[in-house]
Amino acid sequence: MATTLSPVNLRSGRKPKELNYNPKRPVWKERPSPLYQTIKALVLVLFSASVIVPILLVVSTSLADKEQLATAGGFVLWPERPTLEAYETIFNGPMVLNSLGVSAFVTIIGTVLALFVTITMAYATSRPVLFGRPVVLAVLFTLLFAPGLIPSFLMIKQLGLLDSLWSLILPGIFGAFNFVVMRSFFMNIPQELIESARIDGASDWTILWRIVMPLSKAVIAVVGLFYAVGFWNSFFNALLYINDHSKWPIQLLLRNFVVQGSGAADGLGISSVPPSQSIQMAVVVVALVPILMVYPFLQKHFTKGVLTGAVKG
Amino acid sequence: MNQTTEAAPALPAAGDVPAHAEGRPGRGKGRPAKATARRTPAGKQGFRARLRRDKQMLLMMVPGIVFLLLFFYIPILGNVIAFQDYQPFLGIGDSLWVGWQNFVDLFDNPDFLQAFWNTLYLAAWQLVFLFPVPLVLALIVDSLVSLRIRRVFQSIAYLPHFLSWVLVIALFQQMLGGAGFINNGLRQFGLDPIPFMTNPETFPVLVVAQMIWKDAGWAMIIFLAALASIDASLYEAAAADGAGRWRRMWHITLPGLRSVIVLLLILRIGDILSVGFEQFILQRDAVGAGAAEVLDTFTYYTGVVGGGWSSGAAAGLAKGVVSALLIYAANKVAHRFGEDGIFAKKVG
Repeated sequence: MATTLSPVNLRSGRKPKELNYNPKRPVWKERPSPLYQTIKALVLVLFSASVIVPILLVVSTSLADKEQLATAGGFVLWPERPTLEAYETIFNGPMVLNSLGVSAFVTIIGTVLALFVTITMAYATSRPVLFGRPVVLAVLFTLLFAPGLIPSFLMIKQLGLLDSLWSLILPGIFGAFNFVVMRSFFMNIPQELIESARIDGASDWTILWRIVMPLSKAVIAVVGLFYAVGFWNSFFNALLYINDHSKWPIQLLLRNFVVQGSGAADGLGISSVPPSQSIQMAVVVVALVPILMVYPFLQKHFTKGVLTGAVKG
Repeated sequence: MNQTTEAAPALPAAGDVPAHAEGRPGRGKGRPAKATARRTPAGKQGFRARLRRDKQMLLMMVPGIVFLLLFFYIPILGNVIAFQDYQPFLGIGDSLWVGWQNFVDLFDNPDFLQAFWNTLYLAAWQLVFLFPVPLVLALIVDSLVSLRIRRVFQSIAYLPHFLSWVLVIALFQQMLGGAGFINNGLRQFGLDPIPFMTNPETFPVLVVAQMIWKDAGWAMIIFLAALASIDASLYEAAAADGAGRWRRMWHITLPGLRSVIVLLLILRIGDILSVGFEQFILQRDAVGAGAAEVLDTFTYYTGVVGGGWSSGAAAGLAKGVVSALLIYAANKVAHRFGEDGIFAKKVG
């Protein structure tokens, strides 16, 4: 939370430049010394390598064939004869497909609901309306205090949601930070647009749907992607609320078969033909790929969306 | 136009209802011209009239309010079980009241004290070793002249933020685990494997390394944005006056980042008792409860796993209250030092 909250409080009076503005070296700036230059390069290269190498290792190992794995002793950095055997195997058993289905369901339904709740709430409080202020305060208070694990668990139990996929969806459909970003964006939409629509007889719902939302595509995209990533990645709710194996999302499957290392093959209900190493890696990759796929979109929008939503402009 | 170009205030100030107070005319359709009169300040217009005018907006708040009640405010009230001997079959209504007994018991419980100590210990590690990393990375990236390197590095560094903790731990395990990549390599060279992932003594190092890996790149964004907003002419003037690189950093860059640093520190302090939940649950088995039990995992294992609902809730409540107090206190201190903190203006 700390990291996502903060761009909102940059208080210098100036408009922040584009994050990627081109900083040609100004005349007054001295050239860095070779030593400093080397240290910088080293830090950047090491950090990048620490991100890239594990991912490459996992993807390669999941694609490697038996012989290469045997000679390399478990891991390969580059598959010489790539094979999809491991993937065929995990998709032949019911567990992985099932979990992917659960995760996809939770992510899609959850994101749609979350956007609905957040957009309506943010719009309704972005104009001076009755009860607007106390409602906003009630939301901001959630940033300060958390109700705690046990009472939340008892609530889900009380609602009869234990072992239901709704227990993975409902607790995540509203986030105070996303609300704040969305609301400040809405507050910056020119009042005149909304007034003129109202004079033409548009209802608040029409204004939201026909005027405000089309103007807010960028921020809606960012907030939606944040919600989606959150739903896809959430693991703890499933650990708390879901016992039934057929309702495990992919993260819980990953935890039980890879992190805890119980025999992947037995648990997945498959007979292991390729080495279990590549099966485990294949499960990791399956959880990783959706994030890698949306990452370019996230990257395109998040700085822009979050900063325009939140920073003084 | 003036009203609308007014800046969105910073997060906390976002709590203030905007200043276009009189901006919203009543609905026009089929009403006498009088009804479209501009909104008068609160109070002059009758409550009922405002209710009628805002009813669609109020309707829009309903889903959010229902959410807040169900998953936030009612569970907060559910914390009363911390003062009860809660029995699931009796329910909150019929369980016995025991006053502060659960809290007293907690402080006699060595497991709780261990968890409490671990939490503080790990928090200190995070504060000292985790906090400066994004700042240093941002300073390096900001000094890069090549736009391309900048972009490539940012793309790589942000990525792990979007991976789940399960995935992060899985990747670390594949790299550093007993049968992982590095230990495999060591074995092939005839060296002894190093128990990176299972040694309780080095656990804080591992935890901080994982956090740096996952979030340092992302946290860098904020510092980059703040760096970009520092006036370049200050640097130029300082350089013309003969200030070298380090003096410029000390006298221009760091003061320019001051409010962001303070803000992040406050948030960090408010979060100090939530050192990271999933990260610890996932590694508790490998390292053992002695090193990896923190307040949150204690709550989980005592309450949900062990059935000690009331003591779990007591631990959770104690943690929540202390965190809220910490964040409040840190914010007060920030105000003393002339910074905005997180609650820039008085909210409300």
